[in-house]
Amino acid sequence: MSNEDLLEALLAGEHRALARVISKIEDRSPGHRELVSKLYAHSGEADVIGITGSPGAGKSTLVDKLAETYHERGQTVGIIAIDPSSPFSGGAVLGDRIRMVSTVGDMDVFVRSMSARGTLGGLSTATADAVKAMDAFGKDKIIVETVGAGQNEIDVVRTANTVAVLVPPSSGDVIQTLKAGILEIADVFVVNKADCPGADRTVQELREMLQLGEDAGLGGGGSNRHSQAVIDAHNDWRSEAKEEIESGWSTPIVETVAMDGTGIEELINALAAHREYLVNSGERADHVRDRYAQEIRTLLREDVHGLLEDELERAGSVHDLADAVRRGQTDPYTITRKLLDPVETCLEGLDSDRLVDDGSGTDFRPK
Amino acid sequence: MSSEQNQESIRCLVAKAGLDGHDRGAHVIARAFRDAGFEVIYSGLHKAPEEIVQAAVQEDVNVLGISILSGAHSTLVPKILNGLEEYGAAADTLVLVGGVIPEEDREELEAQGVANIFGPGTAVEETIEFVRENAPER
Repeated sequence: MSNEDLLEALLAGEHRALARVISKIEDRSPGHRELVSKLYAHSGEADVIGITGSPGAGKSTLVDKLAETYHERGQTVGIIAIDPSSPFSGGAVLGDRIRMVSTVGDMDVFVRSMSARGTLGGLSTATADAVKAMDAFGKDKIIVETVGAGQNEIDVVRTANTVAVLVPPSSGDVIQTLKAGILEIADVFVVNKADCPGADRTVQELREMLQLGEDAGLGGGGSNRHSQAVIDAHNDWRSEAKEEIESGWSTPIVETVAMDGTGIEELINALAAHREYLVNSGERADHVRDRYAQEIRTLLREDVHGLLEDELERAGSVHDLADAVRRGQTDPYTITRKLLDPVETCLEGLDSDRLVDDGSGTDFRPK
Repeated sequence: MSSEQNQESIRCLVAKAGLDGHDRGAHVIARAFRDAGFEVIYSGLHKAPEEIVQAAVQEDVNVLGISILSGAHSTLVPKILNGLEEYGAAADTLVLVGGVIPEEDREELEAQGVANIFGPGTAVEETIEFVRENAPER
């Protein structure tokens, strides 16, 4: 099927076309960019929710219940469930579907499992593009579910407008949550398995942590300069909005028991309240702008990476170069400098210095 | 350009159909496929044919491996194949059946569109090889 036909079928609401478009995005198949760039004109309506939390926290079960509830209210739902891939074989076992049982036999809830293929940054691009495809298809709610550990995963969940972080009871003290940088990305905290021992304490600890943050200007979801700086050093996502707007959102803590659906209403209300807050405060516009800025950055980085890989190939394979280092003829720094010098010269000639991502987090917007 | 390079991966749905609680074999296959570099979506136990079809279509898999040890293959497999046909997904999905399938039922299943049947004692390498060679291009 040609890209035009595929796009037409997707816009006409054919689920198989949506599935195929997402495959093309995942595969980075030839022409997928053209396809995705056409999706932009048809997207922007959906409410994108990110769900993250440690393995076993109950994400998939909770997502299943959320999808069921939204569906009962007449809204269509798309779910992107991300599992890690094996760093050894590149293969993956994607098991989130096992928990998605409430909406089987109903195509209006569209579940797609994805794994991390390729390099860093690739997953967040693929996820953002898949979200776009579901958005263009006309899904009202899109839920992105991922294990929240590390930069890559956090980048992924940030494709969402609202991020819910699941904290299971007795999951260690809250310092454990701080580690992953999870406090800053949460717009809503969910203490799932709230019927288990230790839930009260976890809620209490989270509350204290949030209050501590608010007092010190370090609130979750708020303007958190210190830890934001840490994130910025790696990736300056959302930084503009964070700096400009003193957040008026105080992160709620919702208790749920995903297994039996307890607290799902409250969670849905909290998610809706956050969305409303984003719209009313004008933060949503900033958020969207920052997301696009990030998309541009990631795409550029990927392309430059691709160009350099090609150059590396032309210079003989990386193995030969590595061998030369092993034999003591040269060193990685010299090789890198030699490879990059012509690129640098070329870019200088382009007179577009502000478009060069030197890794220091330069803003791309025209000055 | 390299960033346009194809990162295509073989995607497989490993499905347990019907009232059959024996999933050791499905787990072994899921693990072996993963180690072969495939992306494996595991359906979980006790799936109805329509659930399996839904998953296969949404996940856009090239390979659907159905594990049945309950003896209900002659009822369940055709339902799944018809479902795939309904969504236009039958032609480019390689359908495999694993489990205990009597010799006399094989021909009929294959005539209906099952590409291969892997009985007890099949080496996982054999299955992986078959998938690599026959998985449809998307």
